[in-house]
Amino acid sequence: MKSIPYLYAAYIATWIIHGTYLGILVSKYSKLRREMKK
Amino acid sequence: MKQGFPILAIVTALLLSFALYQALIVAPTEFTMGDVQRIFYYHVPSAWTAFLLFLINFVASVVYLIRRDPKADILALVSAEVGVVFCTVVLITGPIWARPVWGIWWTWDLRLTLTLVLWLIYVSYLMLRRFSTSSQTPKLAAVVAILGALDVPLVYFSIWFFRTQHPSPVIGGGGSLDPRMAHVLLINWAAFSCLAWLLCWTRYRLEVVTREVEESRSLESLLEGSR
Repeated sequence: MKSIPYLYAAYIATWIIHGTYLGILVSKYSKLRREMKK
Repeated sequence: MKQGFPILAIVTALLLSFALYQALIVAPTEFTMGDVQRIFYYHVPSAWTAFLLFLINFVASVVYLIRRDPKADILALVSAEVGVVFCTVVLITGPIWARPVWGIWWTWDLRLTLTLVLWLIYVSYLMLRRFSTSSQTPKLAAVVAILGALDVPLVYFSIWFFRTQHPSPVIGGGGSLDPRMAHVLLINWAAFSCLAWLLCWTRYRLEVVTREVEESRSLESLLEGSR
């Protein structure tokens, strides 16, 4: 049972990494759209 | 193509939720490690997906060097970038799993070190692509990618031919895996493969549009200069 926090930490870390990358892509895309509108 | 994107996004979200349920609830608890072994369902599929993406990067780089096709160049860039994301997951989840099982976060064992080297090679590749302004950059990057890809089989086979701290492969490497665990592993791999495909698709579109904007911008400045 002591190892449960490690399990959650690994799963949360995975989703933070994927979420951050997706966030970077979305922000780049919206920046590009703003530039295209100009 | 555009219509397929929301479908893929929905399928990926559903598959990832189902895979998470399978990994946390359905998969049997491993006897010696207990629940922490469930990290396996994220760690291993992420590693397989990263290897697959680096293989795509290798093939696209070879195609670019032969045909000078800009689509192959974009595919090489995209697969390397998404591959680095998945390799980062492997390098983060591995030590989190190692701490309660081995009692240490990291050891300079062959498998672990080669995986870190692989990550560093592809980060260098992305740095080269990001900061080099030379027109020769795609060609140079393709050569780096081909050399970097040599590390992938070294990482994969290091646990076959050398004694390392890392356990031997569970599929096709003499290790035994409960069929229920293998089933959950494959579901998670399918889910992460869909996620990789979705990320690659998004990044590919982004790169295409970025290049179009840059081209039209340089054309505009050329026209302004000629007036």
